[in-house]
Amino acid sequence: MSAVEPSNLALFWAGVIVVAILVYVILDGFDLGVGILFGTTGDETLREEMMAAISPFWDGNETWLVVIGASLFAAFPVVYAVFLPAFYIPVLLLLFGLIFRGVAFEYRYGAGARRLWDWGFFIGSAVAAFVQGAAVGAMIRGIPVVNNQYAGGSFDWLRPLPVVTGIGLMLGYALLGAGWLTLKSEGALRDWAWQRIPWLAGAVLVVLAIAAGAAFIERARVTGSLFLGRPWGLIFPAIGLLAMYGVFTAARRRHDARPFALTAVFFVAALLSLAVMFWPYMIPYTITVGNAAAPEKSLSFLFWGAGVFVLPVIAVYTAVVYWLFRGKLRKGYG
Amino acid sequence: MDLDPLLLSRIQFAFVVSFHIIFPAFTIGLAAWLATIEGMRLATGKPVYRRVFDFWLKVFALSFGMGVVSGIVMAFQFGTNWSVLAERTGPIQGPLLGYEGFTAFMLEATFFGVMLLGRDRTPPWFYFVSCCMVALGTMLSSFWILCNNSWMQVPLGHTVVDGKLVPDDWWAITTGPIVRLRWPHMLLAAFLTTGMSVIATGAWYLLRRTYSEEGRVMLRWGIGLVAVIIPVQMFFGHLTGEYVLHYQPAKFAAIEARWHTQQPASEVLIAIPDEAAQRNLLAIEVPRLGSFIASGTWDAREIGLDTFPPEDRPPVFIPFWAFRLMVGMGLIMVAVSWFGVWLRFRGRLETTRWFLWVAFLSFPTGFVAVLAGWFTAEVGRQPWVVYGLLRTKDAVTPSLTTADVLFSLIAYIAVYVTIYSFGFYYIYRLLRDGPAVEVAAALPGAAMAGAVRGGGE
Repeated sequence: MSAVEPSNLALFWAGVIVVAILVYVILDGFDLGVGILFGTTGDETLREEMMAAISPFWDGNETWLVVIGASLFAAFPVVYAVFLPAFYIPVLLLLFGLIFRGVAFEYRYGAGARRLWDWGFFIGSAVAAFVQGAAVGAMIRGIPVVNNQYAGGSFDWLRPLPVVTGIGLMLGYALLGAGWLTLKSEGALRDWAWQRIPWLAGAVLVVLAIAAGAAFIERARVTGSLFLGRPWGLIFPAIGLLAMYGVFTAARRRHDARPFALTAVFFVAALLSLAVMFWPYMIPYTITVGNAAAPEKSLSFLFWGAGVFVLPVIAVYTAVVYWLFRGKLRKGYG
Repeated sequence: MDLDPLLLSRIQFAFVVSFHIIFPAFTIGLAAWLATIEGMRLATGKPVYRRVFDFWLKVFALSFGMGVVSGIVMAFQFGTNWSVLAERTGPIQGPLLGYEGFTAFMLEATFFGVMLLGRDRTPPWFYFVSCCMVALGTMLSSFWILCNNSWMQVPLGHTVVDGKLVPDDWWAITTGPIVRLRWPHMLLAAFLTTGMSVIATGAWYLLRRTYSEEGRVMLRWGIGLVAVIIPVQMFFGHLTGEYVLHYQPAKFAAIEARWHTQQPASEVLIAIPDEAAQRNLLAIEVPRLGSFIASGTWDAREIGLDTFPPEDRPPVFIPFWAFRLMVGMGLIMVAVSWFGVWLRFRGRLETTRWFLWVAFLSFPTGFVAVLAGWFTAEVGRQPWVVYGLLRTKDAVTPSLTTADVLFSLIAYIAVYVTIYSFGFYYIYRLLRDGPAVEVAAALPGAAMAGAVRGGGE
């Protein structure tokens, strides 16, 4: 299909989705990461503290996923209709992962079968992180579309590159989670997290280096050029690398807030790198932002309610919750 | 019928949506019930209202959470399994369902938090306002769902551009004649569902001779509310039937199991519809009543399924029986609530044990009625997913394989059975243990997460 220039409203909603993805990845990223770290220790005291460190936040974090889904369906229905079938099994696994880890917060205290919910919390978090990363890898490879419908197979997402990016995101979230723990906790849990940060950061760098190499080769194969005339986009990977260097330095000096902040910067840089890589495509490399946009009447109907009113409320609410629960983990915190 | 992605996707959708609707139906009513009780507490200052409120708040929090979890799944079903529907009707369904997600999100982001955590931190009037806002929010949330579904039942306010359905008149889509009937019908159904649950819980305590004061409040209030609401609901049910007759005559004929056009038309009360032979087995019919029910005269001509080409006819068995099941549940509610009111006047409500047993056992009537009503509406709409515009068989995701959907369906069943059997057990324990047990305090994760989990829907 020929490329259509996106309207201002389409750009607005594309912007909303990009911001929502950024916020989601950083916020749900740390609590999924804590869930992954949860499974690497059997110490019940540490586990309790880990749960407490994320319990006021995780549900609000996940609602950003709903913002992404709702905005996509409403503003870019074609993307919604292609993306979900392309990731049929991963989406299923993501939902199950989120369900199991979500109910674990309550069930492990009142419903019996505690070990089941602890395993569910760990595996659910890990699976959710993995499929999100795999989806990124699969998108770099490109998604075949015919007549605005997905035209690939059920397991196209399970290729070497997506597997690498899936593992990469698990490690990245775990790093973010460890950073959250040094920020929010003290004593034994903080030491435990500090010990893991350099290792996690190193692993993230290695896996991402492999993924980035593969991605560029893949991209060159699919699109025939390496940078699409946007070499300035390389500024983002550079920022990401600097942020990672900062994480290592912070780990030596034990500055509690820095690993989380710098890992967050790293994630923003990584996502913006992807955005530069994909633009103007929403589904690489078949559907552009302009082609995918819903009619203006849909976009404006959505804008005057959700855009003007709901999104600001959500942003304020998020800020208020984080403000209320600022500082170190205290008793009665959860 | 082959086990193909279409059939499996339909079964999967029916499964996950049936599971989901149980919770909103319950929580919409519970939110309104909590606002009512909190209002009574403010007005009278009686401590029993506070205990009743705190007790149902716990049930509400847990049910709301379970509704949110199953609702997130719903948000993805349209894309994963019905991508042609999503793509072609996205410009209309997307914003409607999007608003539903945003509304639920707003609700839990703000006043629900106050309701769970703000009792001691906000003035009583503000707490009461928060309860009312939560009740309003749940109703608004259901409004968007009913808008969307009503548009699928009777599409209006759109134009067709390049095979895509494009919104033309949002006012018509959101305030059309169908949604004006069906939204109240659903809200009242939710109130009745909760009302019957409150009645049954109260009766349970009285039967067990425990929490008598709270049990009495629940029983009296529940019976009073249901007794008032049920006739209103029957009126809206009647109006809903009229819209079906005018806009979806094939569905009406299916509900009536009327295979052939008749004048005057009889009413089939009970039968086993035989779809292959297009006739009713073991039918009990009342002559002329069918004409009266549909048209208000005893000799009107009523069209049968043979008026429609075979490819446009809905299944008969499910709409016919689901409708009767719904009406039957309504009649039980009438009997329980009105007889309960009569007993109350005689001063024997709390002591007539056989009645308490009946009231206790009618716990599921509201849930069954809601499910049966939705099955009538949705199966009766077949073979269309958007009535007259898009057939269900053309709406399914083209890239799906049978193995994909078989896997996902089995997985959904396995996960839901695991998660929700524990969840139901949890709610059962809350109800059984009653108002005195401080369960909320026993939950370390209960702060925001208490129930405000997950996301929208």
